[in-house]
This record gives sequence, C-alpha cells and structure tokens, in this order.
Amino acid sequence: MTAPSFPFGIIPQVEGRAVVLAGDDIDTDRIIPARFLKCVTFEGLGVQAFADDRAELQGRHPFDLENYQGASILVVNRNFGCGSSREHAPQALMRWGIRAVVGESFAEIFYGNCLALGIPCFTASHDQVLALQAAIQADPAQTICLDLGGLQASTAAGLSWPLELASGPRQMMLTGQWDATSQLLANDGCLQKTAANLPYLSQF
Amino acid sequence: MSAGTLYDKVWDLHQVAELPGGSTQLFIGLHLIHEVTSPQAFSALKDLGLAVRHPERTVATVDHIVPTTSQARPFADPLAEEMLATLERNCAEHGISLQAIGSGRQGIVHVIAPELGLTQPGMTVACGDSHTSTHGAFGAIAFGIGTSQVRDVLASQSLSMGKLKVRRIWVDGQLQPGVYAKDLVLHIIRSLGVKGGVGYAYEFAGPAIEALSMEERMTLCNMAIEGGARCGYVNPDAITFAYLHGRPFAPAGDAWDRAVAWWTSLASGDQAMFDDEVRFDAAAIAPTITWGITPGQGIGVDETVPTLEQTDPDERPLAEEAYRYMDLQPGSPIAGVAVDVCFIGSCTNGRLSDLQAAAAVAKGRHVAPGIKAFVVPGSEQVAAAAEAEGLDAVFREAGFEWREPGCSMCLAMNPDRLEGRQISASSSNRNFKGRQGSATGRTLLMSPAMVAAAAIQGKVSDVRALLQS
Repeated sequence: MTAPSFPFGIIPQVEGRAVVLAGDDIDTDRIIPARFLKCVTFEGLGVQAFADDRAELQGRHPFDLENYQGASILVVNRNFGCGSSREHAPQALMRWGIRAVVGESFAEIFYGNCLALGIPCFTASHDQVLALQAAIQADPAQTICLDLGGLQASTAAGLSWPLELASGPRQMMLTGQWDATSQLLANDGCLQKTAANLPYLSQF
Repeated sequence: MSAGTLYDKVWDLHQVAELPGGSTQLFIGLHLIHEVTSPQAFSALKDLGLAVRHPERTVATVDHIVPTTSQARPFADPLAEEMLATLERNCAEHGISLQAIGSGRQGIVHVIAPELGLTQPGMTVACGDSHTSTHGAFGAIAFGIGTSQVRDVLASQSLSMGKLKVRRIWVDGQLQPGVYAKDLVLHIIRSLGVKGGVGYAYEFAGPAIEALSMEERMTLCNMAIEGGARCGYVNPDAITFAYLHGRPFAPAGDAWDRAVAWWTSLASGDQAMFDDEVRFDAAAIAPTITWGITPGQGIGVDETVPTLEQTDPDERPLAEEAYRYMDLQPGSPIAGVAVDVCFIGSCTNGRLSDLQAAAAVAKGRHVAPGIKAFVVPGSEQVAAAAEAEGLDAVFREAGFEWREPGCSMCLAMNPDRLEGRQISASSSNRNFKGRQGSATGRTLLMSPAMVAAAAIQGKVSDVRALLQS
C-alpha cells in the first residue's frame, strides 16, 4: 500500500478534479457513521466516508461515481460538517483524497478540524457555489485550481469564481504554519504567566 | 462587537498570546477526555516525543462505547475493549485520573465533570466532543474540539482559537407545567435554525433562564451546538453556587468565599454589549418534538408536520428529504405517530431531575405492548441517587428496562441501537439520518417526560394530559 501524501508545509494552492456533493446541513454522522469511530487510528477511514449514504444510493453517490474518482476538491453547500466534533470526518475525507473544500458555509468545529489537517475550507456566495458546481458537473474531468493567494477558483478554460478564506487560516496555510502544536509550545513562558493570573489555579 | 460579557471576561483572562496566523492562543482550564477522540491524540504525542503539559488539569472517563447491560470486562466487543484498554494505558502512562467503571464516578463526560465539581464558573473547558457546550451552564466557556486539538491541549494546555461573537438569547416569562428545558432549547433551535449560531457564543439570560435549575441549564447549553453555536452559557448565580457547594472538586473553606466573589464578578454586567440579541417568551412554548432529520425541524406536540408552503424556500429541499426519510406526511399531526423504541438518557437528559420527570409520568402506568423502553442514567452517581429514591423500581414496574450508565442509544457506538426502520422517541440530542445505529432508523427528539408519555401510549402524546390525569 502506498502512503498517500497528506498536506504538508506551505499550501499556496490546491489543484485537481472536483466532486460535487449537493445539499445543506450534511452532518459528520453522515460523513463517517459512528460505528467506524471504534478504532484507535484513523488509517482505515478513507473507504468508509459516507458509508450509509453510499449504501442507500447503490453506486449513485458522488463518491462512487466513476467521473469523480481521484477528485481532491469537494464542493458542498451550507453548514457542511455540522454535528459531532469527530475529526474522523475530515480524516475520512482526507484519506479518500480530499485536499480542499469549497462551500457556502461550514460548521465551526469541522472547519477547525480541517485547518488542523491542512485542508482549507473556502467559502463562496450561494450563486457562485451553484455556478461552480454546475461547471464541475458539466465537465468532471477538468482541473480546478483553488488559489489561496488570489482567492479564486479557476479552470484552464478561463472560467473563475471568487472565493473567501478568513485571513488567519489563509496566512497559516500560505506560511506553512497551520500545524499549531509547535507554535503553542513556543509560548510556554506566556502560558505560565496566564495560568498564574487565574484564580481557580491558586485557591482563588 | 461584544464587550463586558462573561464571554469577553473569560476570554481575556485566558489569552496567552497572538499566534502568527492572527488567531489567539487560549489557556484551557479543564481538559476532559474519553476513549473515542483521544487515542490518536496520544499516539501523535508519542510520535512528537511530547509529555502531557498539565495532567492534573486533565480528567478522563469512558462513556461512548460502554455497554449498558453488562459492564463486565473484557467487553464482548473486542474493538470497544481495545478502546478502553488504550485509554487506561494512556492515562496510566501520563498520570491522568480516569473515572473508571465501578469507581462510583464513571459516567458520561458531560454529566460527571459537573457532578464532581470539576466544572466551575470562569473556566475554559475543552473536550473532544461537541456537547462540551453543556459546561457553559456554570458560566464556563466550554467547547468541543477535534482530535488534533486534543493533541494540542494535551501537549500545551492551550488551543489556537478565534474569538466568537456573542448573541444574547433573552427568555421572558416562565415555562408552563409539562414544558422543560429540552422543549425550550428545541424551540430556540427551531426558531433560529441549525446554522443560526455559527460564529456565535450563545448567552442564555432573562427571568425564565434564571429560574432554571443547574440540570435544566445543562440541558439548554448542551444543545447550543445543535443550533450551530459552539458554546452556550448562563451567567453564574446563587443557583450555580448552591449546586457546586460541597462537591469533591469545588473550593472549600475560605477559598469558597473568595471563589463566589470572583465567580459573581464574571457575570455579564448591565452595561454589557452584545453582537446580537433575540427574545423569546417561555410561557408560549409547548412540549416540542422534532419531526425531521435535523434538530431544527421541530414543532409543538399539538402542531402538524409543516407543509412545503409553510417552509422557508431555502429549507424546502431538506424538508422534502425529511418527509421521505421519516415517512411522515406534510400537514399530518405529530401526536399519534406510533413509536417502536423509547430511550431516556444521554448527556442532554440523563440526570437525576430528568429521570424524576420521566418517572412521574411512568409511575403507576405501564409501557404499551410491543414497545421497547429503557432508561440509562448519565452516571454512576445519577444511578445511585435514582435508586436511593426508588426510581429504578418505578421504571421497572412500568415495564422500562433500567440500565448501567453510558452514552447508550444517543449514538451507535455500543450495543444499544435501532434496527431497520424503527422509530424512536428519544431524550437525546441528534435526529440525524442513521444517528441511532440503523442507516434507515428514525429519531424523534423530545423531553424525558415526553419519551415516558410516548412509551406509555405507544405513540407521540402530549405529556400534559398524562400529568393532569
């Protein structure tokens, strides 16, 4: 088994084919049903993404359509990733091959979980997302480029759509500083100062 | 921009530094962990060669995967056994206190931390579980995190966070008999939508909120996340302090008085400014129940399933999906819908007062033929307190099963689950497709008293009628 190349370092852009998953309020229980959370590593989650939705649609789920195999960009609608905080959801998407998500809006915890994995979640207006989804559905084979610097999605044919990405996450991706652990550890002196001022850590 | 709110004060106190990307490093006062979202975080820590920064501020329990019939080890499910064994090993290795099965302190993480007095006003509380918002009931800023963030808190006792806006949800009036905190929060989510709280912390305030017990406040804050708000909170007051007094990890002696003075100072003042405010009238709220596949698809028990015409155009595709999945007709009454399984428990409604409210309905009555009904206390302490007042006997005599503590049928990570197209009346928090363990199973969310009423009648029923008779 070859190791997939997960996000690493500076992320100036994400380029690849895209998969459209239409619908609002797609929760993390649907992205990865709870029975697959019975694991102590994330390794096997890729093939389990959307397991129940895919079973229900018997091969007609976007993640099963031949056109969309190998896609690395997921285009969704509103409030994607709501519900449970399980990081198993973005882990499953990442292990299926997703490296960036574009949508109208995202649930907060899901968004943060993606950021921690180096998966940017871009937003765009309702009309722009619908236009992007239509373009992808018309030609699933085309390559889409999501540019974090210029904040747009574009195709080789010259089509483009404006994207948004909050300045914090954008800077983190562009400078390769989206993996927070080392930054947090670097400030241990400040952390001790903050802790020293908290009444509940010193018998009030 | 909000100012002078409890959220602002607690946020400011816990700020460590500004991080390069512009987000804030926030100190975490209490880190709660459990068996599902921590193993990969401990593995990452090991790979990085890091220790746990504050093991004494980290508390573990086991809840999601525990069976509720027999909790003898090893568990019948080898995967569940492996998860608990991994948690035990990680806690032992890093000096973290694990509230083990049989210790008298085990239970659902959001039930045990408050009852042990671990959760206190003015703290930041993080846990790899979205219902961490529960702890906001104490005037803590509490939120769910993913496993990478669990790793970060283990390693550094802090998180990279962005500040939220604050919406005050002001509730006037008083909840009517038979109407509970669960109905209030389902009503709020129905009104503001499941996306309405994205980007916000919810401050619950006003006369109706001040009148709620701590357990009711926990139910309310628990479901802030279902309204899209990552955290919800209630300002600490005399009810908060009375609940905390004398609990194992609450301050005692002189420290208690100093703590109360500090906690009191944290409440949002009269001059506090909010980014948004919404008002509700508690007296106008009926027992509320979900009919669809998101917690926002709720109606009063005396209402009918909304038609497409009655539904906001944006929400119509989801409504159509819900009609199909739930097999409910638009325009039909929700009362009278037959149920198969009745579940009382979960971090939303698995506390003593929840069981008391359900037992008051069940007492002297019997579960309808063909209905599977069971009660799962939220913790070993809840179970002991309920048994001490004979609630287990009330439930058993009424035909309910009385189980061991755990998350049970709120989610499908243990043997408790729906089968096939079964439809449940459930006191839990999520009615997502497949949530209760069958890909085609259906969930109606409601209060514990309403679940008991459904069990007795075999169908969705207005609990107020049973309480009067």
